[in-house]
Amino acid sequence: MSARATAGEKAGLAALALLGLLAGGAFAGLVLSATRQGGDVAGAFDTWLWSAARFTLWQAALSTLLSVLPAVLVARALFRHRTFPGRGLILGLFALPLAIPGIVAALATLMLYGRAGLLAPVLAPLADGQWPGVFGLSGILLAHVFFNLPLAARMALEALEAVPADRWRLAAQLGMGPAARFRVIEWPALASALPGIAGLVFMLCATSFAVVLTLGGGPSASTLEVAIYQALRFDFDPARAAALTLTQLALTGLLVTGLQSMGAPLTGETNLTLARHGYVPPVSRSQAISGMFVIAMAAAFVGGPLVAMLLSGLQADLPRLLGESAVRQALVTSLALALASALLAVALTLALLRLRLDREKARRRGVSQGWIEWAAGNGASLILLVPPIVIGAGWFILAVEAGQLRLTGIIGPALVTTVNAAMAMPFVMRLLGPAHDMAAARHDRLSANLGLTGWMRLRLIDLPALKGPLAAGFAFAMALSLGDLGVIALFGSEDFRTLPWLLHARMGSYRTDDAAGLALILALSCLALMMIAARAGRVRA
Amino acid sequence: MSGGLEVELRDVRLSLDGFEACFDARLEAGSITALVGASGSGKSTFLNLIAGFDRPGSGRVLIGGVDMTERDPANRPVSMVFQENNLFGHLDIAANVGLGRSPSLRLSATDRADIAQALERTGLAGKERRKPAELSGGERQRAALARVLVRDRPVLLLDEPFASLGPALRTGMLDLLTALQRETGMTLVMVTHHPEDAVALGGQALFLEDGRVAASGRASNLFGPQGPEAVRRYTGRT
Repeated sequence: MSARATAGEKAGLAALALLGLLAGGAFAGLVLSATRQGGDVAGAFDTWLWSAARFTLWQAALSTLLSVLPAVLVARALFRHRTFPGRGLILGLFALPLAIPGIVAALATLMLYGRAGLLAPVLAPLADGQWPGVFGLSGILLAHVFFNLPLAARMALEALEAVPADRWRLAAQLGMGPAARFRVIEWPALASALPGIAGLVFMLCATSFAVVLTLGGGPSASTLEVAIYQALRFDFDPARAAALTLTQLALTGLLVTGLQSMGAPLTGETNLTLARHGYVPPVSRSQAISGMFVIAMAAAFVGGPLVAMLLSGLQADLPRLLGESAVRQALVTSLALALASALLAVALTLALLRLRLDREKARRRGVSQGWIEWAAGNGASLILLVPPIVIGAGWFILAVEAGQLRLTGIIGPALVTTVNAAMAMPFVMRLLGPAHDMAAARHDRLSANLGLTGWMRLRLIDLPALKGPLAAGFAFAMALSLGDLGVIALFGSEDFRTLPWLLHARMGSYRTDDAAGLALILALSCLALMMIAARAGRVRA
Repeated sequence: MSGGLEVELRDVRLSLDGFEACFDARLEAGSITALVGASGSGKSTFLNLIAGFDRPGSGRVLIGGVDMTERDPANRPVSMVFQENNLFGHLDIAANVGLGRSPSLRLSATDRADIAQALERTGLAGKERRKPAELSGGERQRAALARVLVRDRPVLLLDEPFASLGPALRTGMLDLLTALQRETGMTLVMVTHHPEDAVALGGQALFLEDGRVAASGRASNLFGPQGPEAVRRYTGRT
């Protein structure tokens, strides 16, 4: 093996070790607390825990149902009508929620449906003159459907677009009517994609944190993740947090195993564009009308909170906000953390990709590779099994147990950076993986032949070839980190705050105008990054 | 069986995403014609125009002397076999063939008898209940041909139907195809990359280049040593 291979090997193993340390440290924290207060952990499996677990599943199931069923109608309508003006705009609109941080979406939901929301005057007559606003389950469902209906619609549309054009031609020639076409072509295509779509949406809703933290809370509307946060942040009860975390891990473990056995994607959509299609099945007049109605309703539902967010954000005193030192400090911290974690995410992903490829080749030569190849290939998606709040909780407990809570000034930023990077990795992997493997197939033997190794090879061959996907992965990871309210919720303080944390704090102290302004700034920053990611991803080397 | 109908593209022009095609051709009733040419020469477009999947910008498409230009694909006397995706994966072979008789699969006893006979004729007897995924590539194309028999339309269009089959299988399929054509008298048009397929079909051939018919004649002449220059350039026999 060449020197480059061993350098790549080391980088890859180091990346695996870091991920292992991240999860292992959290686990150690939990075990430590469990052994210290053994009886209490078992005792913490009380009715409150089970009700949080039940609510987690219940709201996720409802969110999935309310997202996926309408999404199928929307996807069918969008598939049939491919020429109406504004179709591209609506597809773009459907990509927007993905780019928006959970905390912003939660706030946008309040801005539209809340007690003082845009729709409150319209809804007031329905509630005897005083609209009570959405809170708890109804708010959580609205926000989750806002996120996931467009996601599910785009995935279902993709499934329909994947039907070979010849199928539609054949159906046209055989004279199939709409019913026969649905039965013979559309339903099989949708049916094979639906379990994956529903599974992904369920997983996203079961592990959603920022939305539930903002709109739910309290014993009646608390998910496991939020309960973990509350146990640590308010009750300071590591034993309860450990019990909750174990339950959460068991739950996500089951979900991920189930999802993977269905062949579902774990990362959803990362690109903002959709392929065009050659053959257009004919549409009747009544279908056209009902289709346009469905599309208009969905667009209004997705666009509504965005408009509410924009309007209330613009009403905020943005110049004053940006002048505040707390805001500027949070902005700088957020950007620095986002840059660092994006860099880390891309580096870790590259290292794992290289390691997997090398191990795969070695296996083909007959050298048994065992778990390392498997870990290199799956490590990135396995990290999704461990929700960020759980990793944060484990390390938080560890820091407490070690009596070093004051050290959170160091542990906090390091942990936020690493966990955000790890969470972005599955997405970066999907953006970068195919291009990386293709470039490797094209250049590996030639580079070895020319003796091009190590840094020189990275600089001369790999980086130029992967420029587009690398930029896309970087921007995507940065956007995710910028909008994240996960680990920071535990470690954040007056001395260490990010934009989402500040936004959450302002909402908590009912400074709604400030919150709206911050939400707008945050949303626009994330959106800009996502658009860069989409554009860069389209440029192929 | 219904016999064949004459197919005519009368001064047909269309442009698709910058690609310009211009066809003027007449295929006799009951004839066999191979369409040969490089990728992008317009072979599939030629078939799509006859089947009605593409509409001409100007000119007329006639089948059996009747103007078909404005007719929907379902109302044309045409069957088509594609390279792949001729069968619906979740339906068994009998149902896939039955779609040729009724798109909603409401089948009479006569229909069922015809389906069984068509499967028998194409060597698929006993595989009625199989799903497409359980058949080989060759068997799947036989099932597509069985549906053509059940559908019983005077014109059969095939778009590189055997391109993903090995040489021996391809020869067998060509034999089956010519036999079926003799029995039914269908007008047969097949797109292929391979001149030897055109010769094996034993009929006419059109050589397409840049959306135009560049040469035509008996396949054996067109692809023989005395063939036109453009054709010899394509086959590499200069």
